[in-house]
Amino acid sequence: MSEFIIFSLLNTLIYGLLLFMLSSGLTLIFGLMNVLNFAHASFYMLGAYFAYQVSIHVGFIPALFLAPLGVGILGMIVERYGLRKVHAHGHVAELLFTFGLFFLFNELVILIWGRNPVDYQIPDFLDFPLFTLFGADFSAYKGFMLLISIAMFIGMYLVINRTRIGLVIQASLTHPEMVNVLGHNVPAVFMYVFGAGAALAGLAGVIGGNFLVTEPGMAMALGPIVFVVIVVGGMGSLTGAFISSLFLAGLQTFAVGMDYSLADFLGHFGIQASSEGFWGDIVRIEIANTRAMIPFLFMIFMLIFRPKGLMGVREE
Amino acid sequence: MFSVSDLHAYYGQSHILRGVEFTVGEGEIVSLLGRNGVGRSTTCKAIMGLVKHRGSIVFKGEEVGRDKPHIIARKGIGYVPEDRSIFPTLTVQQNLELGLKNMKQSGRWSLDDVYKNFPRLQERCNVLGVHLSGGEQQMLTICRSLMGDPDFIMIDEPTEGLAPQMVALMGELIANIAKSGISVLLVEQKLTIALAISHRMYVMGHGKIVFEGTPDSFEKDDSIRKEWLEV
Repeated sequence: MSEFIIFSLLNTLIYGLLLFMLSSGLTLIFGLMNVLNFAHASFYMLGAYFAYQVSIHVGFIPALFLAPLGVGILGMIVERYGLRKVHAHGHVAELLFTFGLFFLFNELVILIWGRNPVDYQIPDFLDFPLFTLFGADFSAYKGFMLLISIAMFIGMYLVINRTRIGLVIQASLTHPEMVNVLGHNVPAVFMYVFGAGAALAGLAGVIGGNFLVTEPGMAMALGPIVFVVIVVGGMGSLTGAFISSLFLAGLQTFAVGMDYSLADFLGHFGIQASSEGFWGDIVRIEIANTRAMIPFLFMIFMLIFRPKGLMGVREE
Repeated sequence: MFSVSDLHAYYGQSHILRGVEFTVGEGEIVSLLGRNGVGRSTTCKAIMGLVKHRGSIVFKGEEVGRDKPHIIARKGIGYVPEDRSIFPTLTVQQNLELGLKNMKQSGRWSLDDVYKNFPRLQERCNVLGVHLSGGEQQMLTICRSLMGDPDFIMIDEPTEGLAPQMVALMGELIANIAKSGISVLLVEQKLTIALAISHRMYVMGHGKIVFEGTPDSFEKDDSIRKEWLEV
């Protein structure tokens, strides 16, 4: 049991921080520009593909820097020459623009790298067990992912709270016009934040793509859950995104190992649920099998009972 | 040093400003008065480039009507909006620091000057902006704009909702700002401090200027007050 708990906690941390890497950019972009960027998970996918391509030629370590940089620059271009123009035509246009972008990136990736997963592997020098606990291995690559995620988190914390650009970003979350008329170039700040958010999603792709799988479906696989994270955390709140990333990761990770069902629960009260027919199937569904559903269920209840999310600032 | 002429602005279908014209001289306090909804705040926003407008806006001999808001601010026009726009998640000191266009900037109003004039802000320098009282917020928002060393500052409804002694303090502050060489456009709905400290006044009605004169000439002409200000 303690083995299950410790490994689940470690996996929660890894998965949770990966989710935060993706959702931090998305929530900041929403907070600043009021844009829900459907294509955000595409940057995650592109990060993985860029890293694959770069690592073939010059290795994994350069890819770790070059791929997020490339994705970040692409993000800035998208904001400067796409979103900023579309912005004048309102939220629906923006939403449709990012929606189109999502499919555009997907098709481009299929065109260049094909429909099948590419062979983006964990580098050899990180492919060994870091330690063994209760007879189970904890891989060095997981340790590496953890290290990168924590470094990213600390770096982001320092930038937001200790630098002037961080102050400008924080102030722009609530009063972009005021920041603008104090002489700060808010449109440029938007562009840089969009680029940085894309770069972080790209970084998640670099370290997640080889750990999971690098394929055209990867944006679709992770995109919805990232939305759940920012809705539950409160749109625009970094702290909220952090808490809800870890929380939802924990919920999903622990759910995997649970073979508890409604029938077991009723059993505690001496109620013998019938195992026959349709309802018999329903009560015998194990929690582990609802893993993919839990976050969305959570989001729906959050929207009904606390629409602004855990730490949200907006009431609309 | 500052003038607008034939300024028009629209919100959707409605024509808010219909050819506003006025001037502000060096170190002068000019009041812009009028009832709610006549377009006083829109005038400020148009000058800052925050709403679509046409017409001419000349500042220090240069046309600035086409510039972006942050460029207009950097050229030396400050704007204190009616809603004060205090950054709620930042401390008082951080709010003030964002008034600086860059950390090297030094001007007529430094952080020390602000704190010397308003010890209350110094006492509360590490308190979040959201926890200040209305009067403190009003001081903070004006001081924040002063930190950027504007040559011309537009202050929208600074006495709104303030206690009488706070209103008096506000009058003193605005007079001091003008004495330090900064021209002031004081936008007010009521006559609370305008008559006492203004050099000249304009009254707006239906998106146009309907009266221009000194506080003396304004007081002599009761009809202006009746027709354009009293509710």
